[in-house]
Amino acid sequence: MKNFLPAFLLILIVSYALQLFLPWWIVALVALLAGFALKQKAWAAFVAGFAAVFVLWGAYAFILSSANNHLLADKIAELMKPLTGGNRNALFIITGTLGGLVGGLGCLTGNIAAKLKG
Amino acid sequence: MQYLKLFVSAVLTVALVIALNSKIGPLPPLGKFMNPFSGFWQNAEGESAYTDLTLPLTGLKEEVQVHFDDRLVPHIFAKNDEDLYYMQGYITARYRLWQMEIQTLNAAGRVSEIAGEKALPSDRLNRRIGMGYGAEKAEEFIRKDEHSTKLIQAYCDGVNAYISSLAPKNYPIEYKLLNYAPEEWKPIKVALLLKNMANMLSVFEYDIENHNFVTQYGMDEFRKLYPDFPEDQDPIIPKGTKWEFGEKVARDKEQGTKETIHANSEKGTTYTAAIEKPDEIEGSNNWAVAGSKTKSGKPILCNDPHLKLSLPSIWYEMHLVSPNMNVYGATLPGSPAVIIGFNDSIAWGVTNGGRDVRDWYQMKFKDATRSEYEYKGEWLKSEQRVEIFKVRGKGEVRDTVIYTKYGPVVFDHTFGEAESNKNLSMSWVAHLPSNEFKTFYQLNSGKNYDDYLNALKTYNCPAQNFVFASRSGDVAIKEQGLFPIRNKTAEQGKYLSDGSTGVDDWTEFIPAEHNPHHKNPERGFVSSANQHPTDETYPYYYPGVGVYETYRNRVINKLLSENNGIDADFMKQMLSNNYNLNAAEALPVLLSLLDQSGINNEEEKILEQLKNWNYYNNAREVAPVYYEIWWNELRKMLWDEMSNPKVPMKQPSFYVTVKFLLRDSTSVFYDNLSTPEKETRTDIVTRSFHRIKDTLAANEFTEVSEPYGVDETFTKDKVNPKDWGTYKDTKIEHLARLDAFSSLHVYNGGNRGIINATNSTHGPSWRMVVDFGDMKQYVVYPGGQSGNPGSRFYNNMVNTWAKGEFYTANYVQRADELGTHKLFTATFKPNTK
Repeated sequence: MKNFLPAFLLILIVSYALQLFLPWWIVALVALLAGFALKQKAWAAFVAGFAAVFVLWGAYAFILSSANNHLLADKIAELMKPLTGGNRNALFIITGTLGGLVGGLGCLTGNIAAKLKG
Repeated sequence: MQYLKLFVSAVLTVALVIALNSKIGPLPPLGKFMNPFSGFWQNAEGESAYTDLTLPLTGLKEEVQVHFDDRLVPHIFAKNDEDLYYMQGYITARYRLWQMEIQTLNAAGRVSEIAGEKALPSDRLNRRIGMGYGAEKAEEFIRKDEHSTKLIQAYCDGVNAYISSLAPKNYPIEYKLLNYAPEEWKPIKVALLLKNMANMLSVFEYDIENHNFVTQYGMDEFRKLYPDFPEDQDPIIPKGTKWEFGEKVARDKEQGTKETIHANSEKGTTYTAAIEKPDEIEGSNNWAVAGSKTKSGKPILCNDPHLKLSLPSIWYEMHLVSPNMNVYGATLPGSPAVIIGFNDSIAWGVTNGGRDVRDWYQMKFKDATRSEYEYKGEWLKSEQRVEIFKVRGKGEVRDTVIYTKYGPVVFDHTFGEAESNKNLSMSWVAHLPSNEFKTFYQLNSGKNYDDYLNALKTYNCPAQNFVFASRSGDVAIKEQGLFPIRNKTAEQGKYLSDGSTGVDDWTEFIPAEHNPHHKNPERGFVSSANQHPTDETYPYYYPGVGVYETYRNRVINKLLSENNGIDADFMKQMLSNNYNLNAAEALPVLLSLLDQSGINNEEEKILEQLKNWNYYNNAREVAPVYYEIWWNELRKMLWDEMSNPKVPMKQPSFYVTVKFLLRDSTSVFYDNLSTPEKETRTDIVTRSFHRIKDTLAANEFTEVSEPYGVDETFTKDKVNPKDWGTYKDTKIEHLARLDAFSSLHVYNGGNRGIINATNSTHGPSWRMVVDFGDMKQYVVYPGGQSGNPGSRFYNNMVNTWAKGEFYTANYVQRADELGTHKLFTATFKPNTK
């Protein structure tokens, strides 16, 4: 498990920095490279990638929304009612989960590729 | 095995990224939309958006300061006019970019590029009525005026400076939701916006509907149900006013020919296609009271244009200062200058003139190619304009529109009509070259009555009643627009015309100085509320069917006549006046005709409420609910003959309906076509009365929004869940029809035909009181300064508006006078790099 935390932090920090000027899907690439560089069990790689982007997206969304008194979050939750049930907390979770899936799958792919290389 | 795992994992990752980056069905691309770095979370505006800033801008000549007040109204202080309009463009785009673009896309018939195939019918209609064609002509014409061209270009430069500063993460949220990007702003878009307005306000003509009625029921019934002038008229220019320009009525020479066309239409065919029109005029009010009737001895001017209520609001409030002007008021996002407002010397406001400026001609083409049409015994060549639609998710769609000398053939077998011999060509004043911007520039910088009159001279379309007041004490009103001179005897323009005879061509136009106007009248006030501009003695003919309103004008003129020592508070209350003159005239007639024999207990109570009603449509009353249902059901049963969608006809006006019920004890129209028996007047009145309780039972009353009335003590628990405010259920809808971005269940009084003409979807889109006594101005509109649903300024004025309250405009001469009302300052410097 020694590489779990480094992978988590690496993905979180580098994704944050790159997303300030690159498209959102760069997180997939960041997670892939981190998964490739830092060896660990496949499931751990997925979890590290998922958790890093989940936290990054979820927390950043929450910070932005708090400064806005959640005015917009409430409206978007209403707009996407079939997905959120009109609840803004669901919106933070959906945001985090979408990013998490991309990060997790990216990291897993990198992990498997690294194992193939030996 | 490992390779397979790698393959599966890699494919899943890539597929997920692609899926989350694509627009699928109605959903936005979810990854792109929801990631907090560039998605919608970036539009969650925090307080940091309201801090001082300094920014260099390319194209600016000198430094400009923009001070935002506590309602986010920008006060732009520029050192020259070009910088002023540059900044107006920049700031408007900063707060209203999506709105201004979608409105021009709508005008240009391009919404299907964003919304897909479902927008194609309305896009086609907007192209076919020649919105783009008219805008191109206007733009071409404006280019001949160097001064206007320079300032409109400056405005566009400002908009573009803002657009080019945007990264995708800064796009307004609607672009993210619908997954597209803003495009460059050009002068043609300014022209398109004004055509959009012209189109909204030019629908009041019933050529095709009148034609259909005459073919079905004949001229005698038509004359009875659609009189040109109402008996109790109270026109803008008071009855009996003498016309100085005498008897200059052109074109009477051809009346003989015209009578033949009427005869033809009596046995002619009916038409299915007609432009959709509102049920009854929504309208607007304006008035100016002279010093002789005010407390201060100086004029007061009021205006509330009634339009479809929308978010972002149709208006954007601004204060524009340059060495040439210091003007404040409502601007139209996407177009330079203030449209309704005031400066330190004058104030002006508008209501729709509504005069018929669209005529329809049935064309006779030589053959199926429609390349030649008959005109005065000859064959003239038609032109074709190929309209290309880049429909999202479908690709290119083409529509060929035929143009004759009259204008576009809007309706034909490819659009609206089934038979190939039905070709309706439309003439519209908005197709003629004009420069409306020039009028507004001159008003914005105007100093007195002469400037106002001069500014109006070149204004063409949409025709408006421009009310005016000056600090020096003048009040005036003028209906201004470009109007074809019509043959009075032949009632030219009232019916569908025969395009092959040339008899109904527009050959001359009424000179601007002959348009109805009125300065400093004896009675001490001028007013308009979409009623007839004049009485029958006006030397020029105009069709009056369904175009003019007959209630608000009489209430306004009565209130202004009866009161003296008027102040701003009186005016504010008057703008929220809910007196229902239509009900006051109709209800006694309905009650007298009602057969009360079969009435049950519940209906006894309803009847009691109606009998005791004071005719005010206040939010908390219940009687207006009963009256509204009764009146609507009655009209439905009575005028069912006119509700066949295959043969569009105009329902007689409310005013005519009351007179008809009062005077006509028998008529073919009392019979309801959907029932086997033959109904009488009493049957119709009684049956519609019984509908009240059924309609009430079927109606879903939704809980209203906070707050609930003018006084603080009126809390939610005191609302009668079945009162007028709840029943009416006013909705201020987002332009993309998203409920989450709309203001729903807004609780207030009023209705059409009432000074406070707020119904469920339309109402006062801007209320303004300008008091030249203490130079204070009061404004409000149902929206907010920011177009961003994620801003606290998105719809923050809605409740103030619903309560009939106002904000005092911060009409300052210098920036430091804003004091504690200042929120932040943005300083823009010329980019020297």
